[in-house]
Amino acid sequence: MQHLILLPLILPLLGGLLMLLPPLTESRVRQRNFALVLSAATMLISVLLVQQAQQGETGVYAVGDWAAPFGIVMVADRLSTLLLLLTSVLAFCSLLYTFGPRDEEGSFFQPLLQFQILGINGAFLTGDLFNLFVFFEILLIASYGLLMFGGGKTRTRAGLHYVILNLAGSAIFLFALGILYGTLGTLNIADLALKVQQLDPAEAPLVRAGGLMLLIVFGLKAAMLPLQFWLPAAYAASTPAVAALFAIMTKVGIYAILRVFTVVFGDAAGPLSHIAGPWLWPLGLMTILIGSIGVLASQDLRRLIANLIIVSVGTLLAVIAMQRENATAAALYYLLHSTLISGGLFLLADLIARQRGKVGDRLVPGRGVGQGRLLGSLFFIGAIAVIGMPPLAGFVGKVLMLSAASSVAEMSWLWPLLLGSSLVTLIMLSRAGSTLFWNPAGKPVEILRAHPVQLLATVMLLAMPLLLSVFAGPVTQMVAATAQQLHDVQGQIGSVLPPMTQLVEVK
Amino acid sequence: MEALYAVCVGVLTAAGVFLLLRGRTFPVVVGLTLLSYGVNLFLFSSGRLNDSAAAVLGAGSNHADPLPQALVLTAIVIGFAMTAFVVILAMRARGDLGNDHVDGRVPEIVLDSEERS
Repeated sequence: MQHLILLPLILPLLGGLLMLLPPLTESRVRQRNFALVLSAATMLISVLLVQQAQQGETGVYAVGDWAAPFGIVMVADRLSTLLLLLTSVLAFCSLLYTFGPRDEEGSFFQPLLQFQILGINGAFLTGDLFNLFVFFEILLIASYGLLMFGGGKTRTRAGLHYVILNLAGSAIFLFALGILYGTLGTLNIADLALKVQQLDPAEAPLVRAGGLMLLIVFGLKAAMLPLQFWLPAAYAASTPAVAALFAIMTKVGIYAILRVFTVVFGDAAGPLSHIAGPWLWPLGLMTILIGSIGVLASQDLRRLIANLIIVSVGTLLAVIAMQRENATAAALYYLLHSTLISGGLFLLADLIARQRGKVGDRLVPGRGVGQGRLLGSLFFIGAIAVIGMPPLAGFVGKVLMLSAASSVAEMSWLWPLLLGSSLVTLIMLSRAGSTLFWNPAGKPVEILRAHPVQLLATVMLLAMPLLLSVFAGPVTQMVAATAQQLHDVQGQIGSVLPPMTQLVEVK
Repeated sequence: MEALYAVCVGVLTAAGVFLLLRGRTFPVVVGLTLLSYGVNLFLFSSGRLNDSAAAVLGAGSNHADPLPQALVLTAIVIGFAMTAFVVILAMRARGDLGNDHVDGRVPEIVLDSEERS
């Protein structure tokens, strides 16, 4: 069972490669079925890993049996397994959606999807910063392919921006890694946390520069304020299944911020503790603001949802910036909810767009939606969840985050912005919903029915907030334990590094 | 040697950033390449610069840090693949969008000056 940790990486890697070989590569249907089996298997493994991690034991897998600071380790603790499960649920639903009629031309969609999942899983599992860079590149190159899938002008333009920005980001990532390795002599996250505590004060400014450069890179992935302009165009241009899967991509950046700036530059880092907070707090709040403005300005449904992702990213960053255990727990709960619901909304937007004919998802009066009642109710549920109205999980998440703000300064900034953004979302989604469903310019020419499998995938994702709020008790306990484990820096160092190396002094 | 090395990294990075901020795809691709050269040199130096140090442990008391070399190798391979991808993408964009600007449209200032000349 010890090798279980590696399976979420090996399955998509080998599966993706197998799909390129003769028996599978010849038929897209076979590829799809195989991918679904793989995805279900990955989900099962993630559930097992979550179960193991929730018992409090951190699974550490030393690749090639080289112990922690020397070799690369995979770490399956509460946080990484939780996000692994989230990824596999989202990936399963996105994959299910490709079973519908609009599986776009081109034969490499399914292998690319598997490599994307490999990169995301790897980024969550790795315990080494350079390895994190490698997995980032894997998920990026797969995402370049997926984003441009189907071709067309808008996709090429959005893709070019996305690729160039991320290449520049990779260069900054490497600079940061060079600085950290040059000063601290290690890239293992747990070892970095240990070395930062013993750091010579003269070198602290360099390490601070390296750490903050990492924040730029992760901020680019997470779509933090000055680096978020690529997101709406890219997400609105991509195919629905890809857009739904990409809902997890910004969360990879948020996970990396959470991991590095809580463990390495956390409570125990002496003069370098909490170096990200003063940046994350204002930038997170301003991201909420710019996301809300984007929501107000959106002319079509998919762009609207993409801007909602920016709002949720800003909210998460601002709450994470408080760098307290209860704030982190609240952010994690909201992260689960917002990822699943934005994935579901992207799928729903496509279902709606396809029944409106030429108008697509533009928010103008057009042909009526064929299955108006069904899709309208789904839209209503999704809207309630994403706005954060009771009884769905968005409400619970937002209440948790609002109550995590303790000081007057925090409350006076976070509360108005968070509640204001909810109001803006409420207004815009009401407008969108009434335009789409209540204000048709003509009767639907023919009653188009949504493909049942696509409908199933959408309903599965949209039902998640309901599940999250029904099981709010156990889930909040789980995220609280996760946050506690994340903030226990010494505990993490102890579980990853073998006891011997902790005694050896830095030369 | 350190000063020369640092100047090299600095010049490469500065030139890379300058070209990266240009409006057409070709200078941007060249800029990304220069930037990755600068990064690779920088990463290599993070193991400290050594004269006449063995690359293999145990061959002498004075040895170079092997890890940055492994990191640089990985970074070079990844950077090479990414550059190849962005070159193809830039050509695709030239074909799809009809011009070689990163934004996919010719800025009005350029159009004006072309009309005048």
